[in-house]
Amino acid sequence: MKRIHWVLVLSALTLGLAACGEKPQELAGRQITGSAASWQGPATAFTVSDWTVGDQRSWQAHMQARAQAQNEYVRLGGSR
Amino acid sequence: MARMKFICDSERCIECNGCVTACKAENDVPWGVNRRRVVTLDDGVPGEKSISVACMHCSDAPCMAVCPVDCFYRTDDGVVLHDKDVCIGCGYCSYACPFGAPQFPSNGTFGLRGKMDKCTFCAGGPEANGSQAEFEKYGRNRLSEGKLPLCAEVCSTKALLGGDGDVVADIFRSRVVVRNKGSEVWGWGTAYGKPAGGATAKPAKPEGTK
Repeated sequence: MKRIHWVLVLSALTLGLAACGEKPQELAGRQITGSAASWQGPATAFTVSDWTVGDQRSWQAHMQARAQAQNEYVRLGGSR
Repeated sequence: MARMKFICDSERCIECNGCVTACKAENDVPWGVNRRRVVTLDDGVPGEKSISVACMHCSDAPCMAVCPVDCFYRTDDGVVLHDKDVCIGCGYCSYACPFGAPQFPSNGTFGLRGKMDKCTFCAGGPEANGSQAEFEKYGRNRLSEGKLPLCAEVCSTKALLGGDGDVVADIFRSRVVVRNKGSEVWGWGTAYGKPAGGATAKPAKPEGTK
């Protein structure tokens, strides 16, 4: 009688723990990586010629210089 | 690695809406959608201030955090973009964004809300750079052409600055130092540190400049 009691208790615990299982619910392929990096171009008729397409350092240097061109203190002769 | 940012100098913005027009034209933005808007405080009152607002490409973007389908991603340059093929047009990003950047074209009979549209920093979307498919969904990809966003480049008073965060922040700081006004605004200390004496703190040299 005592043995049946233990079997019932273990079965109840097993069933209870079975509810803890959870299937992954993440959407398939949800990680969006985007397209190629900007420095990879491609070269088009509209691409600025001051940098080398495919060269990351060249692109970064060009973009820094282009952003700095918004500073009129630099454009007016670099007095500041 | 660059971290692309916009900054708008409210002392210079003259509410011409050139940035808004340039953005719409360059990116073929649909009716009912303004990726960029000019907001004016105390309009018509002497001393009114205007500021050009669009997606700020937040480093910790709330739109990304709340999107239930995870359609957002961040490029290597810090630009926050999204995939319209994944977007379900729920509008959560619109509620989360403090700048009102996410826009929804209402193109249905019953006010149907379409896929979200927002400023891309002229960096296109997940389609191939410079492709027709990318242009039709997201507009021009000027970054891959070696250009900055047109709104900033077209700004006649250079109130709106766009580019690497270090560079535009340094330009703004140098302006404040020259005009000796602006370092008292809220947030200056967070952005530039406590000035030693008014606005005379020495500007930091951006990486890669002489």
